[in-house]
Amino acid sequence: MAEVAKKPSKLATELRYLRAKPSAEQREQSTQDILKMKLGVKRTSRFQLGESAKAWIALIPAMFFLIVFMIYPILNTFIMSFMENFTFVGGSGSSFAITNYIAALNNPRTTDPSIGLGNYLSVLKDSEFQQSLLNTALMVIVSVPLTILIALLLAVVLNSIKPLRSFFQTVFFLPYVTNTIALGMVFRVIFSSSSGGLFNTMLGWFGLSPQAWLTASANRWNMFFVIVVYAIWNGLAFKILVFQSGLASIDKQYYDAAKIDGANRATIFRRITVPLLSPELLYITITSFIGSFKAYTQVISLYGGGAYNFGGSTGKEWETVVGYIYSVMQDPSKVGRAAAGSFVLLAIILLITLVQMVVSKRRVHF
Amino acid sequence: MANRDTEQYFATPQQMRRYKARVITGHVLSYVFLSLVGLFIVTPFIFMIVTSFRNPDAYNYDNINSVFNLFPSWWNEGIDGPNYTLNNYAAIFTYKSATGRTINFALYYLNTLYVAICSTLFTLITTILASFAFARCEFKGKNLLFTVLLATMMVPGEMMVITNYQTVQALNWANTFASLIFVHGVSVFYIFYLRQTFSSIPNELFLAAKVDGYGHFRYLFRVMIPIAMPTIMTIAILSLMGAWNAYIWPNLVASGTNPIIKNWSMLLVSNGLMSLFTNSETGVSEDTVRIAGSVIVTAPLFVFFLIFRKYIMRGVSRSGIKG
Repeated sequence: MAEVAKKPSKLATELRYLRAKPSAEQREQSTQDILKMKLGVKRTSRFQLGESAKAWIALIPAMFFLIVFMIYPILNTFIMSFMENFTFVGGSGSSFAITNYIAALNNPRTTDPSIGLGNYLSVLKDSEFQQSLLNTALMVIVSVPLTILIALLLAVVLNSIKPLRSFFQTVFFLPYVTNTIALGMVFRVIFSSSSGGLFNTMLGWFGLSPQAWLTASANRWNMFFVIVVYAIWNGLAFKILVFQSGLASIDKQYYDAAKIDGANRATIFRRITVPLLSPELLYITITSFIGSFKAYTQVISLYGGGAYNFGGSTGKEWETVVGYIYSVMQDPSKVGRAAAGSFVLLAIILLITLVQMVVSKRRVHF
Repeated sequence: MANRDTEQYFATPQQMRRYKARVITGHVLSYVFLSLVGLFIVTPFIFMIVTSFRNPDAYNYDNINSVFNLFPSWWNEGIDGPNYTLNNYAAIFTYKSATGRTINFALYYLNTLYVAICSTLFTLITTILASFAFARCEFKGKNLLFTVLLATMMVPGEMMVITNYQTVQALNWANTFASLIFVHGVSVFYIFYLRQTFSSIPNELFLAAKVDGYGHFRYLFRVMIPIAMPTIMTIAILSLMGAWNAYIWPNLVASGTNPIIKNWSMLLVSNGLMSLFTNSETGVSEDTVRIAGSVIVTAPLFVFFLIFRKYIMRGVSRSGIKG
């Protein structure tokens, strides 16, 4: 610092010159002057690219891959969802949904794939899809509120203690930095056998008899219990982190004022913490509803039967919506149905977000 | 000192004692609650580490006889020989199934490291350049383009996977590293995140640099990137973690062997781990070996977390993405 002060650089002198000018207009003018002067001396011979040309050069790499692997897929999947009898062969030119769509529009009688709502009807009538919708909805309705409630309590309690706080913070964050498949496998082994196993042994301490939790013959609701336990275990970390950063920004004066008024802990929690934390609560509610509706990896990891095994004797017992899309998509003749299914998923996600935004209008204090 | 201050607020000693008792009970309850949930969080990890070192016979004996096997003794009454062994880890790297297929986690490690490093570099290059264009440059249609990109963040990834799966087949990219590195390498969220940091750099700095004869790109590399280094680090770490944990996409496009390098299995660690459990060809029957596989997959992440705790926790609270 001292050296800089002793010998002011060219840059600093010119900055001071810029700052000394009172109005923005004059400042801009003087900048232009300096630039002209500088460029006139230094850069007369060099070729100068315009600013927007430079911007586009910088954007090319990202935009190329975004268009090929994101924008085009969205359009293509959308079109595919409306094309009946469309077979995605892959490799040959005619397999692109967009070209087929244009051909079908131009000449609807001779082209093979026709346009309509058939895919949507067949996906909505598919009992497997209905079952996967019901399964996912059950998981969301049970696991999301539970996880949010526990995370909120943990964050508030963590905020109220001093010793060991960062230790507990790290412990609660651990599930986030693990591989979902790896820990799902561990949960599977903990719950695996129908007679022994870690969990059944622990149940034995309370005098409860061992049960089958994840085997093919296990009770549907026993399987559901394990799914929910793993979802909570997996989901706490992120929510605690967000709630804690929200709590840290609440002014301590509110709590002091409440204490002087003799409010008890429950009242403080209900009347101060929750309302002031409502932006974080809304954010967490929306993201975790969406995230849980897309549950897939955490369910298959519990059954360890590969990417399309969702437990039970049929392997479809707790199939989720995303799981349905992935398994249907493998069949080239049903790609249109998978596409329609993914748009049903998008519609559900948008609906959830919309409902929560409307409800929160009255409740969230920004 | 604090105690003397509080004493003034109470009319009688009894009232003060009651208040203090309530505070202490609250603290005790807090720690009990935290410890219980902490135990719930930690138990799978302890179980994982202990079981990965156990003699399979001892583990099975405990399992069948409902012996609590989280912290067992060195010698197990049910079997001959020591309770603990390193054989489970040896099996992970040298296992050969009856049909001749092998499980080689060294290879899966290598694949995953290669994909993670390449895709992170790719992500960083595209993200830095694109967010620079959005933050620093003026061009026609900038706001429209940015809004379109932000809107795509709402769209679930499954929708793109359906078409990308077909695109990869059409490009003959199945079972290649290209399909793992390039297809999901550009992230709109990272561009948005870095643009915010870039935009907060004061304009005077740019003018001053311009005066010194810096062009746009030299300014980006000499000034903007050094200033935004914490954000770039966070993006790199999240991207590395995402690549390490990726399962769905690699499983769809790269679960076979490489078309150019013959017999080179393209499995990444998550898929390799899943293949330990799927019994048909490469499956292992011992739970202890499977759990050792879980430890092998999780351990690098833990080391990574301990080193970069600060960056990870900050980045995560902003993004909420998990690979």
